[in-house]
Amino acid sequence: MTGFLSLFRRLEGPQTVGRGPGFWSLFALVLAVALAYPLFSDGYTVGNTVYFFVWVFIALSLCVIWGYGGSLSFGQTAFFGIAGYGYGVLTINFGSAYGFTLLALVIAVAIAALVAVLLGYFMFFGRIAGVFLGIVTLAVTLMLERFMAQTAGPEWHIGSARLNGFNGMSAMPPLTIPWPGEPIVLFADVGLYYLVLGLLVFVYLALRILMNSSFGNIIVAIRENPERAEMLGYDVRKYQLITFVIGAALAGLSGVLYTVWGQYITPSSMGMTAAALPLIWVAVGGRSDLTSTVIGTLVVLAAFQALTIYGSQYALVFMGVLLVLTVLIAPNGLVLGVMNWLGRIATRLTQRAG
Amino acid sequence: MDIATHVFSALYQFGDAFAFLVLSACGLAVIFGMMGVINLAHGEFIMCGAYVTAATVHAGLPLPLGILAGTIVSALVGVVVELAVIRHLYDRPLDTIVATWGLSLIATQGTLIMVGSTMAGVGTPFGSFQVGDYSYSIYRIVLFCAALGVLAALYALFNWTRFGVLARATIQVPHMAAALGVDTRLIYSLTFACGAGLAGLAGGLYAPTMTLVPTMGATFIMEAFVTVVIGGADVFLGTAPAGGVLAVVKSVMTSWQGQLFGQIGLLVAVIIVVRVLPKGISGFVLRERT
Repeated sequence: MTGFLSLFRRLEGPQTVGRGPGFWSLFALVLAVALAYPLFSDGYTVGNTVYFFVWVFIALSLCVIWGYGGSLSFGQTAFFGIAGYGYGVLTINFGSAYGFTLLALVIAVAIAALVAVLLGYFMFFGRIAGVFLGIVTLAVTLMLERFMAQTAGPEWHIGSARLNGFNGMSAMPPLTIPWPGEPIVLFADVGLYYLVLGLLVFVYLALRILMNSSFGNIIVAIRENPERAEMLGYDVRKYQLITFVIGAALAGLSGVLYTVWGQYITPSSMGMTAAALPLIWVAVGGRSDLTSTVIGTLVVLAAFQALTIYGSQYALVFMGVLLVLTVLIAPNGLVLGVMNWLGRIATRLTQRAG
Repeated sequence: MDIATHVFSALYQFGDAFAFLVLSACGLAVIFGMMGVINLAHGEFIMCGAYVTAATVHAGLPLPLGILAGTIVSALVGVVVELAVIRHLYDRPLDTIVATWGLSLIATQGTLIMVGSTMAGVGTPFGSFQVGDYSYSIYRIVLFCAALGVLAALYALFNWTRFGVLARATIQVPHMAAALGVDTRLIYSLTFACGAGLAGLAGGLYAPTMTLVPTMGATFIMEAFVTVVIGGADVFLGTAPAGGVLAVVKSVMTSWQGQLFGQIGLLVAVIIVVRVLPKGISGFVLRERT
């Protein structure tokens, strides 16, 4: 019991908004609704919700790197794409028997993390400053998109997997869990929903623990003042690199799940527009808090999809306006602002009651 | 004879790459060097210049006047953007990147909605000439001269005019310049307009050589960013030599393996250079390396 309580206590801390029984009972309520949701909905809507959840991982990756770590990376979609293509190449070559798809998921995420180690080494150990970091990561992403877009010819293949240039790869097997008798194939509806929801809750809680641990405090200290953190004896470059790799792995997870969800991945998922969207969700939500990022991402995604249905071409203009206005008016994010406001009201009410 | 044609071909490709890198980067470099602001909507200013140039040429103006119109319109748009957005974000450089990215999204998609997915281009003027077995476009030579001309004009502007002196004073110690009566906000506005105008000029100059689509800015920005990152904050000590070095990398890689590998070569060059010279070439020259 005490072990459980101490674990619970590590979920709260100065780096995350939301604490106490009130917050956690709300969390349990939302989780219960999310668990029961497929019972009241049809397969298509559930599949669409999975699509939303998939993007939350890349938003969380940007939240960790940019919001907590203070290094603005435009390259999250590069890791998204690398892992997505990695999963495609692996599963098309080796099939889905014996639960290999799950292994492919892990390998693909590991590849993305490895690329991040390489790139991050050059960037952070070169001590390049915030603005340049954004440019280098963006240049890498655009380069990767251009490279994948020209792989149309039959000479571009890895094993039996054709890269297919601008049209992208498709028809990779979905995630399959080996099961005695009949393996469980997770198509983009209820099965995948529970898997992705489980992963999401796990990643969210794990990141909460990580950000409130000493590691999280150190990377926030580096964000606030790198020189001071260095004077206190922390190797800034090492912590920034680790943060970057964690973010890349999360973006990679997002990429694999996206590939699994739609069974395709294209170079345009790494393009300029694709790279801008996670930035918008995170900026609008509130980049320096995990909960705000999750809520902001889901709300903006839903709004974007609704806009796309009613006026597809204006949706992106609206997103651009939203981003500019957020930066100008509420630099810490709209959702975070609202949550802090609600928190202040709650404390005032409890004080008055007491 | 054969060697001479090869040398000419190599020089021509170098000049072409140099002109592209310098012209696409100098607007970005002026804004970054003077204000520390990275303008992610840079490609869209280039697009704006190219579109205005094409529109005015279709309306019957000669090409040089069209390019001038493209430059001026981009500079005016730059003033508006500076007043509306950039001005409020000087103390938050990362937020400026994010905001200008938002502007870039708006501009790209807005152009797509208003003008359509493509615009009729402008023919490349001057024709071509023959050296050995290959024919070369004269306009590419004009572009190379234009790049040198832009560098010379910027040098003159920042060294020999009153605006240049005030602008350099403003970058060095903004508070001191303000205390001495310099309207630093006006200087920042003018500098941003200057950078935007240079982007428009690049767009106008390249309008006859490429297809005009709303996403055309993206073809420029990677090269522009790479040049500015390698060059560092100073236009003359940074952008020009970086353009030279990168043009060698790009033209060699391009003639060896094709255009894509030219770009990959640029990217590898930038990643290695940021590891070795974090403040770019101009930082190295100015011994700011820490």
